[in-house]
Amino acid sequence: MHALYMVLIDPFVQMVSAPDLFVQTIWEGLVAGVLYALIALGFVLIFKASGVFNFAQGMMVVFAGLTLIAFQDMGLPAIAALAASLAVMYLLALSIERVVLRPLVNQPDIILFMATFGITYILIGFGEMIFGGEPREVNTKAFFLPQGSFEIPILGGFVQIQKIDVAAAVIAALMIAALGFFFQKTRIGRALRAVADSHKAALSVGISLNQIWVIVWFAAGIVALVAGIMWGARSNVSFALQVVALKALPVLILGGFTSIPGAIIGGLIIGVGEKLGEFYWGPLMGGGIESWLAYFIALGFLLFRPQGLFGDKIIERI
Amino acid sequence: MFYREAGQFKTTYPSDMAIFPIAQDRIGIGIILAMAFIFIPLFASDFIMSSVMIPFLVFSLAAIGLNILTGYTGLISLGTGAFMGVGAYACYKLMTIFPGVNIIVWIVTAGFFSAAVGILFGIPSLRIKGFYLAVATLAAQFFLQWCFVRIPWLYNYNASGAIEVGTRTLFGIPIVGPNATPEARYYVLLCIVVVLTWIASNLVHGRIGRSWMAVRDMDIAAELMGIKLLDTKLLAFAVSSFYAGVAGACMMFLWYGGGEASDAFNINQSFLILFMVIIGGLGSLIGSFFGAAFISILPTILKFGLPAIGVPLSGATAEHLIHITVGGLIIFFLIVEPHGLARLWQIGKQKLRMWPFPY
Repeated sequence: MHALYMVLIDPFVQMVSAPDLFVQTIWEGLVAGVLYALIALGFVLIFKASGVFNFAQGMMVVFAGLTLIAFQDMGLPAIAALAASLAVMYLLALSIERVVLRPLVNQPDIILFMATFGITYILIGFGEMIFGGEPREVNTKAFFLPQGSFEIPILGGFVQIQKIDVAAAVIAALMIAALGFFFQKTRIGRALRAVADSHKAALSVGISLNQIWVIVWFAAGIVALVAGIMWGARSNVSFALQVVALKALPVLILGGFTSIPGAIIGGLIIGVGEKLGEFYWGPLMGGGIESWLAYFIALGFLLFRPQGLFGDKIIERI
Repeated sequence: MFYREAGQFKTTYPSDMAIFPIAQDRIGIGIILAMAFIFIPLFASDFIMSSVMIPFLVFSLAAIGLNILTGYTGLISLGTGAFMGVGAYACYKLMTIFPGVNIIVWIVTAGFFSAAVGILFGIPSLRIKGFYLAVATLAAQFFLQWCFVRIPWLYNYNASGAIEVGTRTLFGIPIVGPNATPEARYYVLLCIVVVLTWIASNLVHGRIGRSWMAVRDMDIAAELMGIKLLDTKLLAFAVSSFYAGVAGACMMFLWYGGGEASDAFNINQSFLILFMVIIGGLGSLIGSFFGAAFISILPTILKFGLPAIGVPLSGATAEHLIHITVGGLIIFFLIVEPHGLARLWQIGKQKLRMWPFPY
């Protein structure tokens, strides 16, 4: 009886008795969710356009972040470092398309998935060789990112908000808007959507698959770079981030592999659910439940919608 | 020339259905078994035994398990590492609760515990498919890994959280623990692997294996043909986790000899075994062995082989180079032969049949 009370009722009593803490937890969840969503966004872009489940996305975030930091350390001004990192990401996209994707065209999905594992390994090896294994910090001042925090009085208490988190949310929103514009209004965006719909049909109207893949991997690289900067500004960039990137996977299955809004909303749901679960129910189970809670939340949703919240409806034929 | 079936007539149905229908194949498998049982223990050094052969056998077992699930039934799982962990912890608990019973019994029994957990986490597979399922199995990986750390009962409330392996004997010879020689451990492991491979081979060639493959090729069609999807998929999960569990118990007791178990069964282990299955060849038992050999021996070769041929390497650089080389080789093999090393083996056999007159 007592155990049931502790699990089912006590957390809610706590929520009501300290509403400001509740709001603070939700805010932190939203912030974590934005970062998960940024990583998931890169996955979705690539999965939509090429059907590749890109396991390397998390590593690309680390790699992009470390590249930027390395360029800054060489004394380049922020804009030049940014441009140089973008160039590196473009080269990466180009070489992945040339070396990995082109020879593997038309192979089963699982083979391409495996190939992105190979890419991950290579990126880890190269990254550690060039940048070293230690965590590095992004120079936030150079990017005019605000620092410090402010407090909002709310419900008889106050909520502390880091300025950098607000900036992250704004930048994420801007980037999603930009991506939406790019997909809906530009020529290349239309080509991307065509490829996402059907490779064969796109080929038959003269869209170059190879070109589209380079573009889409480059777009994922840009998203990775932004995610790397935002993450680096909050704490620091290290190879351990790769594990955090695994959190983007439940976000993906929750939102659906092919949906950009799904990635965003999935990210927010996972972020908030995870923080609430950890804060209110975690102590009952000995803590650290963050590591698997996200997967169970996603599983719960999946049992009702096997294609994710916003994924394309699965139609099966014989 | 010498490898061909001309003149070997099959006069009964059983001989037509035999796993090794050609006499040369039967001789070949006999030679391989003789090598494994006699020559390797005779001539290999302790180092090769304990850091090449034993890991290879453990990984082969795990790879066979995952191959049954992913290669034969078409369900991608990223939780193999955790299922191996269940086997290791189950074996540890059984061993400490019933110290009188032989350890080999517990290593095999541990597989059943792992199978039960596998069935539990396999239930979503009925509704979720493809990569969605792969990510869903990560739930098993992270949840079980969390259990290994947070439930102290599993490691007998040790302060260090490590599994302690005492000496256990078979016919008076220590096979587990600090006093066991690599030869003894190797023999026990080899026997387990041979028996389980034989069982797996019979499973996949029989009715059960056919229903697995039907589900893999198209599950709706299989259902229409009267195959119960729930039973078939859960059986695949159970058998696969059984193999993984036995492999995990073997890994902890016959290879590592105890230690920090929660760390040994992390997500990288799951990925590594998936590599083995795919590099080796999906839906091929011999491929599991090839894949396990490739992935488990490659780092050892790079680590000790490169300095031996005069390429000097510092520890850190070696680590990085191994990462790059493994990654590069994975991509290379996928491009050259997406159907895995088992397919190369098949092509080789075909060439051998034609040789020396390929027309």
